[in-house]
Amino acid sequence: MAKGKIVAGCIAPHPPHLVYAENPDQNEPTSEGGWEQLRWGYERLRESISAIEHDVIVILSPHWQTYVGTHFLGLENFQSLSVDPVFPNLFRYHYDLNVDVKLAKQIHDKAEKSGLSVKMMENPDFRVDYGTITTGHLFNPKWDKPLVVISSNRSTDYYSPEVMQEMMIELGRITRETIEESGKKAILLASNSLSHRHFTTEAEIPEDMSKEHITSHAMHLWDMRIIDYIRSGQTQRILDEMPEFIEQAIAESDGGGLSWLISALDTPEYPAILHGYGTIIGTGNAVVEWPCYKHEGESQ
Amino acid sequence: MSEGEIIGSYIVPVHPHTYLVPEQNPGWTNLRAAFDEAALRIKNSEADLLIIYSTTWPSIIGHQIQADPNPEWVMVDHDFHDLGSIPYSFKIDAEFANAWNEANHQRGLKSRTVNYYGFPIDVGSVVALKLLNPDNAIPAVIVSSNVYANRSETSVLAKACLDVVRSTGRKAIAITAMSLSNRMFTENIAPEDDKIHSLKDDEWNSKILELVEMGRLEDVGQLSRTIQEQIRVRKVVAFKPMWWLSAMNDNRNDLTGEVLAYEAIHGAGAAVIHLDPTSCGTGDKEYDEDDVEYFHGDRGVLESSDLETTDMDDSLEEIDDELIVEDNGPDLWEPTTADGSVNTESAPKPVGAYPHARRVGDLLYLSGVGPRQALDNSIPGGPIHDEDGEPLDYDIKAQTHAVIDNISRILEEAGSSLDQVIDVTTFLVDMKRDFQGYNEVWAETLGQIGPTRTTLAIRALPTPIAVEMKVIAQLSE
Repeated sequence: MAKGKIVAGCIAPHPPHLVYAENPDQNEPTSEGGWEQLRWGYERLRESISAIEHDVIVILSPHWQTYVGTHFLGLENFQSLSVDPVFPNLFRYHYDLNVDVKLAKQIHDKAEKSGLSVKMMENPDFRVDYGTITTGHLFNPKWDKPLVVISSNRSTDYYSPEVMQEMMIELGRITRETIEESGKKAILLASNSLSHRHFTTEAEIPEDMSKEHITSHAMHLWDMRIIDYIRSGQTQRILDEMPEFIEQAIAESDGGGLSWLISALDTPEYPAILHGYGTIIGTGNAVVEWPCYKHEGESQ
Repeated sequence: MSEGEIIGSYIVPVHPHTYLVPEQNPGWTNLRAAFDEAALRIKNSEADLLIIYSTTWPSIIGHQIQADPNPEWVMVDHDFHDLGSIPYSFKIDAEFANAWNEANHQRGLKSRTVNYYGFPIDVGSVVALKLLNPDNAIPAVIVSSNVYANRSETSVLAKACLDVVRSTGRKAIAITAMSLSNRMFTENIAPEDDKIHSLKDDEWNSKILELVEMGRLEDVGQLSRTIQEQIRVRKVVAFKPMWWLSAMNDNRNDLTGEVLAYEAIHGAGAAVIHLDPTSCGTGDKEYDEDDVEYFHGDRGVLESSDLETTDMDDSLEEIDDELIVEDNGPDLWEPTTADGSVNTESAPKPVGAYPHARRVGDLLYLSGVGPRQALDNSIPGGPIHDEDGEPLDYDIKAQTHAVIDNISRILEEAGSSLDQVIDVTTFLVDMKRDFQGYNEVWAETLGQIGPTRTTLAIRALPTPIAVEMKVIAQLSE
């Protein structure tokens, strides 16, 4: 069996507004558009990825929040209606997704051996979180690839960003090694925004782009700082500054997705591709791709 | 129709163990028995409405209120999915939900109802309703917990709810679905190994229970930030349900409290508590926070560029005044202090050499009072024009509420109160536009007290405000 590999890693944020703006058949509400900069960013990402052969998509979603360890979807198929409890006016999405249970279980088992607290989610009534659905739809609207879905262990809240990073760096390493051992080609998605300070009011027309902007200059500066590191291959600096980023930008990377992704990609030193940046209800969002397949064999 | 009231309150835990697997641990069995006892008490009461404030339903855009008359689904907990599923079919009082939503708007809050098939009702609400109201005999209403809401916003949310309870004659039970200490074990544990996560958490929980058993709910509310800091994982929702529940009980410290059970659920502090509104005859309220009637904290982030100064959450409540004083008109003066003067830092500074009020015999004469805020000189409802004199849209109701709040503060400083006001002269800069809104607020507030009133149209006021009131009040004996 050929050695598996991660062919790309992406930051793929999940605000439901992007699905709402697109008016796919699966989503009940309809809109007049909106947030085009980011949706065009996702288009560029999909185009960039289209030529890359891959077997499975691995998502870490900050909206499947678990306090007792890290969990993995453990059934082959999930179908239901996902209603966003925060923005139900925008997101009521009928989903039907398949899971690569074998790979999920392999990552789970290896993580357990490594001492991480883990659990497989095997309840058929479970509703998949809207973060996973949103990122899954925007990245692969055909839903024709199986997923591995990993929960967000809230260790930042329980302990500290430093502890969260220790755990996510370990989980990232385990994810990479398991994928290599599986013989599969995988794309990894960290489903998170950057700065994460919301507006607390909503425009009468949610997609009224004259109302959309970053919540504050400080958030903008932090987002640009992180994007600079992303574009210049300085991922170690992102890890180093993560606690400050989380604290000062209320960054959604507190859920561990970005640290997990960087670790799984072996802390890349090559530039990532910024496909798009925009704000959604005041939060900062970047669509980013690390094209690992172009950098195979490069020492990190 | 008699005026409605809160006839009881309960604090209940959020995790699904008590519903799904109470038999697996003696503590969970005990909690389930307490739930059953609470359900019996509710059933035997006159309650015709259950009002749930749930910490496991976070919201961002103001508060959300469930308004689907019959929400149905199968709930599975994100963490404890291996314990099983909870099918539910609830009876929601949609009429009350809509009225509460409207009352929220009247008090300056952002809120909306949700009525969508498949909306995921949160685990705390599901467990509470399944166990406290097993036959759906009593309709319920559920409200979210806003992640950014501070104490004033949360208290006003309760007051808006009370407005509707009273006006509709409801006999309501207020319920908070919440943990005490919320630090769980972060690894899987055998049910028999469950205990409170740490001795410190246990000690703090015991203190909370001691206060609640003495009926001192408002004291717990005022300790909320300390409790959050000491025994709570940050998560997204602070220990704010106690703010809501205390306000639902008129911020009292003399309720009759009873702890029906206190146990651990996966390390978190779980208690079933009954608070009866009957006075226990004790309790000494030391009220050291503003009793806010109207939420002026509309952060206006979509309209304002002053984002850092208006967009605050619990952790940002302590604001440096100097950073945010707004330029709303002429220079501010320190109030004068001649004999009989009454001045307070909780009212806006004068724009000239005069005091906030002056005593003459048993009467108190107030200088003209506007809506500007003492803290930052901001104008609730917005200024009527910009620095260049260009007209701006503004909210006359918010301004009028703010004027009356300022009057109330000055009166309290003098030892008087709003119900001692005997004569008011009101100045409006745009009678045609603003009289109706001003008049509505008057009817809800001073109109209930009954002072004489004169309303005049004038061309302008020194600051960009739309309304000012000149008040004469009696001094309390």
